[in-house]
Amino acid sequence: MKTVNRRHVLMIGAGAAALGLVGLDIHPALAEGKADELIKAFTGGAAPQEGRVTISAPEIAENGNTVPVSVSVESAMSGDDVVESVMLVAEGNPNPGVATFNFSSMSGQAGASTRIRMAKTQRIIAVAKMKDGSTYMGAKTVKVTIGGCGG
Amino acid sequence: MADPKPRVKVPKTASKGDVITIKTLISHKMETGLRKGKDGKPIPRKIINTFTCEFNGQQVFSTNLEPAVSANPYLEFSVKVEESGTFKFTWIEDDGATYSKEQEITVN
Repeated sequence: MKTVNRRHVLMIGAGAAALGLVGLDIHPALAEGKADELIKAFTGGAAPQEGRVTISAPEIAENGNTVPVSVSVESAMSGDDVVESVMLVAEGNPNPGVATFNFSSMSGQAGASTRIRMAKTQRIIAVAKMKDGSTYMGAKTVKVTIGGCGG
Repeated sequence: MADPKPRVKVPKTASKGDVITIKTLISHKMETGLRKGKDGKPIPRKIINTFTCEFNGQQVFSTNLEPAVSANPYLEFSVKVEESGTFKFTWIEDDGATYSKEQEITVN
């Protein structure tokens, strides 16, 4: 009986350790999965085409608490060539959603700027949804020296 | 913290058909809900989650904000103006409180 017990204890211990390791390993992947899910929910399942969307942000952000980010989409903003909305996603944040800008035919140009928090070095993705339902995306990697998500 | 104070920068005049740039800022902590206080308990999330801009009663721009937007959320966007009128900017907080500011523009 005693040996069985010991074996059990060992197995449980090993199992827990393995779980812990797996948990740590998949964490970043999980966050990126969340980003993909967000983008899918935004585009309605379609994979956005590359192009037309430009993100301007610093190459290196010293302070992840306020990273200035501008996004612009090539569009005439008249007739059918209208950008309805643009979603900003920070892949490596605990919650990847950042902001969604909703434009109108009175916007003149499809562009907006804001300041965002970034937890670590990561890719920022912007997805634009056009009036005709097509979607475009652009991405930019920003190096973050000090993360800005509290904690 | 003191009450959130909205600030906006809109040109006073513009020519018809001009695309003007509007800059807005509101003083707000944008508490993410991820931070922990001194007692080790998480500080509840409290952010500005929606911003809208109306021109003469018609919505021209809006934004949904997540906790990843920095404290004192700053927004810059553009509007094409065809006539004189009033911009109304509204910020909505998680608990439903709203802050707004109006600004006139003369278009000639």
